[in-house]
Amino acid sequence: MGHLATQREVSGRHPAPRRGTQARRRPRGNGQTWWAWLFIGPTVAGLAVFYAWPAIRTLYFSFTEWGPFGGSTWVGGANYVKLATDPDLLRALGNTFVYTAVVLLGIPIAIVVAALLNQNIRGVGVYRTLYFLPVVTMPAAIALVWRMLYNGDYGIINYFLGLIGVHGASWLNDPRTALLAVAVVGIWASIGYNVVIFTAGLKSIPAEIYDAASIDGAGRIRQFRHVTLPLLTPSIFFVSVLTVITTFQVFDLIYIMVPKSSPGLPATRSIVYLFYEAGFVENQRGYAAAVAFVLLAIILVLTVIQFRLQRRWVHYE
Amino acid sequence: MRRKWLTALLSVVVLAGVAGVAGCSGGGSDGAVSLSLGIWDKAQQPATQKLVDAFEKQHPKIHVKIQLTPWEQYWTKLQTAATGGSAPDAFWMNGPNFQLYAGNGVIAPLDKRIADDGLDTSVYPKALTDLYSYDAKPYALPKDFDTIGLWYNKELFDKAGVDYPDSSWTWKDVQAAAAKLTDPKKGVFGIAAPEIGQQNFYNTIFQAGGYVVSPDGRKSGFADPATIDGLKFWVDLIKSGSSPSYQQMVDTAPADLFQTGKVAMHYDGSWMAATFDKNTAVRDKIGVTVLPKGPKARASVIHGVGYAMYAKGKHQNETWQLIKFLGSERAATMLASSGTVIPAYQNTQQAWVDSMPRFHLKAFIDELAYAVPLPVSRNTAAWNADQDKVLGTVWTGKTSLADGARDLNDKVQAALDKENKD
Repeated sequence: MGHLATQREVSGRHPAPRRGTQARRRPRGNGQTWWAWLFIGPTVAGLAVFYAWPAIRTLYFSFTEWGPFGGSTWVGGANYVKLATDPDLLRALGNTFVYTAVVLLGIPIAIVVAALLNQNIRGVGVYRTLYFLPVVTMPAAIALVWRMLYNGDYGIINYFLGLIGVHGASWLNDPRTALLAVAVVGIWASIGYNVVIFTAGLKSIPAEIYDAASIDGAGRIRQFRHVTLPLLTPSIFFVSVLTVITTFQVFDLIYIMVPKSSPGLPATRSIVYLFYEAGFVENQRGYAAAVAFVLLAIILVLTVIQFRLQRRWVHYE
Repeated sequence: MRRKWLTALLSVVVLAGVAGVAGCSGGGSDGAVSLSLGIWDKAQQPATQKLVDAFEKQHPKIHVKIQLTPWEQYWTKLQTAATGGSAPDAFWMNGPNFQLYAGNGVIAPLDKRIADDGLDTSVYPKALTDLYSYDAKPYALPKDFDTIGLWYNKELFDKAGVDYPDSSWTWKDVQAAAAKLTDPKKGVFGIAAPEIGQQNFYNTIFQAGGYVVSPDGRKSGFADPATIDGLKFWVDLIKSGSSPSYQQMVDTAPADLFQTGKVAMHYDGSWMAATFDKNTAVRDKIGVTVLPKGPKARASVIHGVGYAMYAKGKHQNETWQLIKFLGSERAATMLASSGTVIPAYQNTQQAWVDSMPRFHLKAFIDELAYAVPLPVSRNTAAWNADQDKVLGTVWTGKTSLADGARDLNDKVQAALDKENKD
């Protein structure tokens, strides 16, 4: 979909952050253009068939009422009018924003972990593997295990809290804690991936700069603040753009961790969850398409804003 | 990158699928026909395969392939397949989805075929043939049925010195026993009162003389004082502390609480018998009886799966032969001895009752006399979602029952109005 283009652009830029944007080559003569098209042809065709066409269809369906077994009738902007007045959407928007904000807090944690794992310590490979494990584990399995940990009566978290005399909540079913509980898992599951990106970023910082800094009398902490962090900003930018895009589409964790009848569901229902309910539970496919498009628009706007703001804080050496 | 792989993989799968469909559609050169039968229960696959084998023996020119789709994906997949015109020739149907499929012409009416073959449908419980009728026409042959019973933990009853429940019990007996059996120090509750329709509050609504949705599917029953009485029964049990809290039961399913001895009484379906029978830790400590009598009547929700025929199938005559066989007495007897479900065909249920002798399973058959069909309408899922949303807040105590019932009545009525307008 729409966000794929941005993802590619960022990831294309990332491995070689030193090369400025202006350094990109323009296609030259006609012969070369032909070859270029030949090579990107399959990808473009795949994108057109599997992303662009469905997106266009979705846009069309969002202006229709779509029967449970096909057959759509044009209803104009009715779905969008309904959306604007749907209290559930407002709540879902709020939940999704809070979730995204909390998961973004995982980025500083990942930076610290990456910096620590970048030292010459024994068994660093083991630690790196441990941090990366959640990334290669099925989200469904992660969610199920965490659901057990969070269980109010028999969960291990409340067991340990009980040892120090604290009566823990029914974390996922209490509207006050549910969203935070899910977001913690979101952070936990994304740290490994982010650490890999940051580690790559750290490795690409030339040792001479650190040498120069230490000759100038900078200690470890100052080096981290004035050398590491600024030179890591392209990676941070990349990770934050990706995090916003993926967290805005959060669904699987909530779907599996928070039961349908849970009092915590209204406090955790995300935009995609709302989309799922409308489209697959209540058979309102046209309305669901409208929800999907609003989500696409929000992600697009947020990504554009991030790209605009990057000039202020991202340093391409 | 991952996405690109996924795309490539998907296209391969799609291609393979197309090739597969092309390969098996239509009859072979010798006039043989291939049919598909959609089911969702893995536990019933072996028994279903036996039925299919027996059918193929009778009809050597018809080949039947079972298509198993797990429950979680069954309806989404079936709906998508039906939209694309490629649903299985015959498939399992349930009550909540039935009118959606019949009303949209996805499944074929069977009235003419039943009349032509002189089939007697009075061999099935009337509640089930009613459930699978649309515009007074039958659309499916009942396969099995389930009713709800009162399961209880004898050990906890003995410890508390309470007599075991039996068919003479009323609501008052349940309430009194639940209070006596509750022991907060040990974390034991007298009864589980979850917010579940089929196993719990639908039964008490009917026992109180109320209704959920009017039989014509046009009117919500949540404004009826009797309906509210049926809900109050459960809300009071939570309020009095005889049941775990709503949140506790969302965290840990009531059936699990019951099987670990944390709950002494538990309303649950006949389908749980097989699960309880396999649980060596508790199976000899638990018993079952009919649901206690309510202020107005005896009642148990009855529901069952039916065999339906895809209206756009290419081989409907052969599919009808298959469905006719699956709905026959012979198939019912074979199904009963597998011990998984209660067959719908009259007088074939004894084999099921005998399959788990440690439980008084006859209670579930006795309830046929006063069983009430599971309330459904054209788009059951829509108001079921409202029901869970609103009643959840009543069960937690956030909303009063009176306010919740009023709100729910408005929502269910709006959903019914919408589906009847379409």
